[in-house]
Amino acid sequence: MPLPADTDATTPKYLRDKYAIVGVGETPYTRGSGMTTRAMGTTAVRRAILDAGLKPGDVDGMLSYQSGDSTFAPMIAGDLGIRLNFYMDVFGGGSSTEALIGIAIGVIEAGMCKTVAIFRSMNGYSQVRIGGTGVRSSPPVVGDMLHSRAYGWQSAGQSFAPTFMRHMHDYGTTPEQVAMVKVVHSEHASNNPKALYKKRYTVEDVLSSRFICKPLHLLDCCVETDNATAIVVTSAERARDLRHTPALIRGVAGRVNKPRLDMHYQHGPISTVAGHYAKDILWPNAGVGPEDVDVTGAYDAFTFTTLLQLEDYGFCKKGEGGEYVSSGITRLGGRRPSNTSGGHLCEGYTHGMNMVIENVRQLRHDVDDSCPVGPDGKRVHTYDYREGGCRQVRNAEVSANLGWAMPGTGSAMVMRRG
Amino acid sequence: MAITAEYLGMSLQIDDLDHENLDYFRHCADHAFHLQRCDDCALLRYPPTTACPWCASPRATWAPVEGKGAVHSYTEVHHAIQPQFKPFTPYLVLLVDLDTQNGAPSPHEALRVVGNLVTPDGRLAPPEAVGRVGIGTRVRMVFADVAAGIALPQWTVEEGAAQPARVWRYPGVGG
Repeated sequence: MPLPADTDATTPKYLRDKYAIVGVGETPYTRGSGMTTRAMGTTAVRRAILDAGLKPGDVDGMLSYQSGDSTFAPMIAGDLGIRLNFYMDVFGGGSSTEALIGIAIGVIEAGMCKTVAIFRSMNGYSQVRIGGTGVRSSPPVVGDMLHSRAYGWQSAGQSFAPTFMRHMHDYGTTPEQVAMVKVVHSEHASNNPKALYKKRYTVEDVLSSRFICKPLHLLDCCVETDNATAIVVTSAERARDLRHTPALIRGVAGRVNKPRLDMHYQHGPISTVAGHYAKDILWPNAGVGPEDVDVTGAYDAFTFTTLLQLEDYGFCKKGEGGEYVSSGITRLGGRRPSNTSGGHLCEGYTHGMNMVIENVRQLRHDVDDSCPVGPDGKRVHTYDYREGGCRQVRNAEVSANLGWAMPGTGSAMVMRRG
Repeated sequence: MAITAEYLGMSLQIDDLDHENLDYFRHCADHAFHLQRCDDCALLRYPPTTACPWCASPRATWAPVEGKGAVHSYTEVHHAIQPQFKPFTPYLVLLVDLDTQNGAPSPHEALRVVGNLVTPDGRLAPPEAVGRVGIGTRVRMVFADVAAGIALPQWTVEEGAAQPARVWRYPGVGG
């Protein structure tokens, strides 16, 4: 029997708005959770399922990512009495979030399961420290690692720094411009009761904090945090019956690479990052461009990572990232606020999940700030962005998440309000 | 044969199955820097790999390569992660463009070889030397001897070379 010629079900366009994030859940962003990654993961997944208006038994797929520092999907599913039709626990850190959302779409589309919970659970401060100190700092240096760790070139900051330095060299990006990323994200965090660090910082605060490895000061780096985060992905059709306005997934790019990922610095310009390649998948898949986006979540493992990604995904011209992040555009009240929860630099480090969760809430027009709750249980947003105030972006319709693993690998996702 | 050695208090290990790394570091132990040259497309590559990153050929021959170049980028580490490096802060990690095959096969490609800034005899450089090196500094390779079959390629300022009038360093006080 011939297939209908006008429907090519394999094209990304066909999947636009067909899947949604319907539930989000978190545990507190803290240092010293006092809980196992299993206990935290179970809590976050349960909250995400209930947030969606689902029961645990409605979830039949599960995905997680980790780096040997967490529990596995079968434990969480067991705790919640969920019988899974599909699960995978993958090795990975930053940029896994958007990639796994793409995989969730794929497995639902393939008929393997119907609703997928994705989680990341880590005691990134009190157990396996994300900054690389503690248990990660001194295992034997074996084989290929001899080309990096033997030189004291190991942590994320140390590994990425040559990219950051070269960007300053190539484009004249200044420390003051870069510091504005922390300033802006800290302003947003001051309006987020959940944020680990709610204090507003100045450019001077950033530049006078001690050096970790040039060009990174202490306040250019994200905060090691204990937390678990979870989201629930299902079809837009199912989403219609659920509790919240769905965040419809327009398009995803997953773990797109620069050449020579075994040592990406072999292939320049090294001041260009994976977003340069990912943007050509993201925007055509999503059917929108940077100008259509109302709010961004640009992975802020470091101040520089936000700047580099916004630039390489085309929110400004190449080389003008420093100007973009210091122009006020990314502030609440600006043209396109970024990292409105305070992100990794202030709210807490989650390997990308909290920036997706935040944008889901932005698209629901219901971020959990300090605005008063109305009789219908929803917050009445004031759009007064002063310290301790509102952080809802007015009329947010389209969001973009830009996920970072390293200069050579990135993922991205566009969502829109359903 | 497998290698287990100690360097700055760290355990360095190469498995006996890891022929590429054993060959690479054996040449370094002889103080003769070699890279794999593809038998099919003739391009050199770094670090060691099993196949050619440009043509996927599995056939390669180790070739001597001059250990000279210029700093392409760097970081200056003040807060060491590995405890063994704490006595040496601030130390430099340099990414050096070799003169050989620079700009090939495409304009932004180069053999970018990692190493620390060291003294000519291979010890991690003191702070006054660290403060003088930046993007553009001409460097030459020296070797930090570790054990039989392994030395680490490292970088020291190329004495007598024409250095650029101004190297790029992180701006500001103590940049």
